[in-house]
Amino acid sequence: MRSQPIDQFVTTLPADKRASVYQSTKATHEKRTKLLFDEFADPNRLRHLAGEIKQHTLEHLDTYLPAVEAKMKTNGVTVHWAATADAANAAVLAIMRARNATKMVKAKTMVSEEIGLAHFLEQNGCEALETDLGEFIVQIDDDHPSHIVRPIIHKTRREIATSFEREGLGAYNDDPETITRRARQFLRHKYLQADVGLTGANFVSVESGRLVLVTNEGNSRFSLAAPKCHIALVGIEKLVPRDRDLGIFLNLLARSATAQELTVYTEFISGPKSPAQPDGPEEMHVIFVDNGRTEVLASECREILRCIRCGACLNVCPVYRQASGHAYRSVYPGPVGAVLSPLLAGERFPALADLPKASSLCGACNEVCPVNIPIPDLLLRLRNRAKQENVPSPGTPPMGAWALMASQPTAWKAALFGGKVLNYVPAKLIPVPAMQAWSAKRALPEWRGGEFRKWLKNRLQKSPTP
Amino acid sequence: MNDDRESILSRVRGALAPLHERAALPDYDTEIAVMRSLIAGRDLAEVFTERIKRVSGLAVADPAALVAHLRAGGWLRGYCDPALWPQLAPHFGPEFKVEVDYDRTRVDDYAFGITRAAGAIAESGTIILNDATTSRRLAALAPWVHVAVVGRGQIFADLPQAVAAIGGDPNVIWCTGPSKTADVEGILIEGVHGPGQQIALLVD
Ligand code: SF4
Repeated sequence: MRSQPIDQFVTTLPADKRASVYQSTKATHEKRTKLLFDEFADPNRLRHLAGEIKQHTLEHLDTYLPAVEAKMKTNGVTVHWAATADAANAAVLAIMRARNATKMVKAKTMVSEEIGLAHFLEQNGCEALETDLGEFIVQIDDDHPSHIVRPIIHKTRREIATSFEREGLGAYNDDPETITRRARQFLRHKYLQADVGLTGANFVSVESGRLVLVTNEGNSRFSLAAPKCHIALVGIEKLVPRDRDLGIFLNLLARSATAQELTVYTEFISGPKSPAQPDGPEEMHVIFVDNGRTEVLASECREILRCIRCGACLNVCPVYRQASGHAYRSVYPGPVGAVLSPLLAGERFPALADLPKASSLCGACNEVCPVNIPIPDLLLRLRNRAKQENVPSPGTPPMGAWALMASQPTAWKAALFGGKVLNYVPAKLIPVPAMQAWSAKRALPEWRGGEFRKWLKNRLQKSPTP
Repeated sequence: MNDDRESILSRVRGALAPLHERAALPDYDTEIAVMRSLIAGRDLAEVFTERIKRVSGLAVADPAALVAHLRAGGWLRGYCDPALWPQLAPHFGPEFKVEVDYDRTRVDDYAFGITRAAGAIAESGTIILNDATTSRRLAALAPWVHVAVVGRGQIFADLPQAVAAIGGDPNVIWCTGPSKTADVEGILIEGVHGPGQQIALLVD
């Protein structure tokens, strides 16, 4: 194996997919920037503030978690805790069994992807139907989402039309409007038949115990209007201290995720339906999920837990744009995934240790991140960890010669001269395999080494410093 | 399950114990997240009307305009909150068939649903619904057209004000324009699971 798994994946990606991922990520990113900078006096201050609020919350989870639990209980919510993916799945199943429930409609939740909930429930004789259009298509194709916010960014309308035809949702028709109407028609009856609606939570206010859910399609609203039981899977990092903090986060989330001022449906849910309301859940359960998060909290990469899953770092990332989501081989792709996935993998860290290396460290992800996560720094820490743990790193050229050269002035000077000579030698002829591989797709700029030394020497001669 | 609670909380404590110093909760003015130049000194109903249009919703100022819009769209069959119907009925002609009981076994029969809003947000063009004012959650969601009756005095200027007023209702919903998706090749389609038309009827 001469290269990292992520690099190998990229070489197999069809050109049209790459182009479509590139185009749509770029468009969202540009619109986001315009929205933020046109409307707010100081959008960067907003990002920094949101990051500080989240960092504070994470560093006080020991008090905030029991506090929000107590608040939820007074709101009439049953609170459960799940240390692992298995425990979370088991908790959901136990709630369903206790109600003799077999049918679930699911809004989009990344935690449920993490724990493989839908497959688990199906193996246990329950139906767990995805209702977000993109996730629904992922589910009927037995595929995986390739973007946090736009799960089927990798699929064309022709592929979708073929899947709908196969599933008996109508004759082949690749008009996006027809596809959407057919899903609407099919899914609305599923909501009405479902026993349980499952959601995640974008934020949880400790102060009021409210879950905040945002969707554009209205599927989570439907999941809380038709079924009689609501289960929410919530990562322990989702808390914010006060209701007023939500104003900041909601403003940032919609702009960062989909370049909207506000997501269409923003729901503030604190408990089962009011007694006088005929529709909606009579019972509400919240399952707080750890599944590796406490380990991340203990690590020196805990800042990644601030993430509000907006996908902005994916959209701006030059590597994600070329590689697309499946290259990351985990639930969370892109820059956030390159940090979070190896951390959440626990003992499987070495299998994903190539992800932190798939970055040019350009810093664009940090710059767009609505909670100002220093992703490039975290990538470096993880690279370091991989090195400390002696994880093999195929394709990385050996750096020993470089280290020797950079620490010996004579060797350095000789290399400078060699560099000049190389200007006259075609790169293809340089007998270093790594160099050949690198230059196969790139052109080297002209060697101009030594300029700095010359400049410094001149300067020292002209103005000898005391 | 209780074991999981203890193990999670003790791992959290263990993770945080080595920190010498913990990040403080920043103090800030919610003003920083407000599009102040948009709303300053203006009539909130006017701003709301303009902003809801931007998110492809619609605000109408009188029941006659609403009825004309429904007629033009061919949406003749629907549901209305029984508490609202006495005032609205005189504006609807005989071609309309409006029910004040919502039957969940016939969701596709209702082309429109009229319910009361709990308020609105001018800055974002948002309609606020909650359990106390919505007669049926499904009627505000399943029909193609949702009409929310909004009192002019219930319009908040901005998001932070609306957050501050959430109160004790267990189910507060902000709707900003029609339900939509861009999942298929990034092409925007309105009306996915919820309404394809989100209309506010402003009343005094
Ligand atoms: S790391 Fe930041 S930019 Fe990336 S998804 Fe999370 S919040 Fe968004």
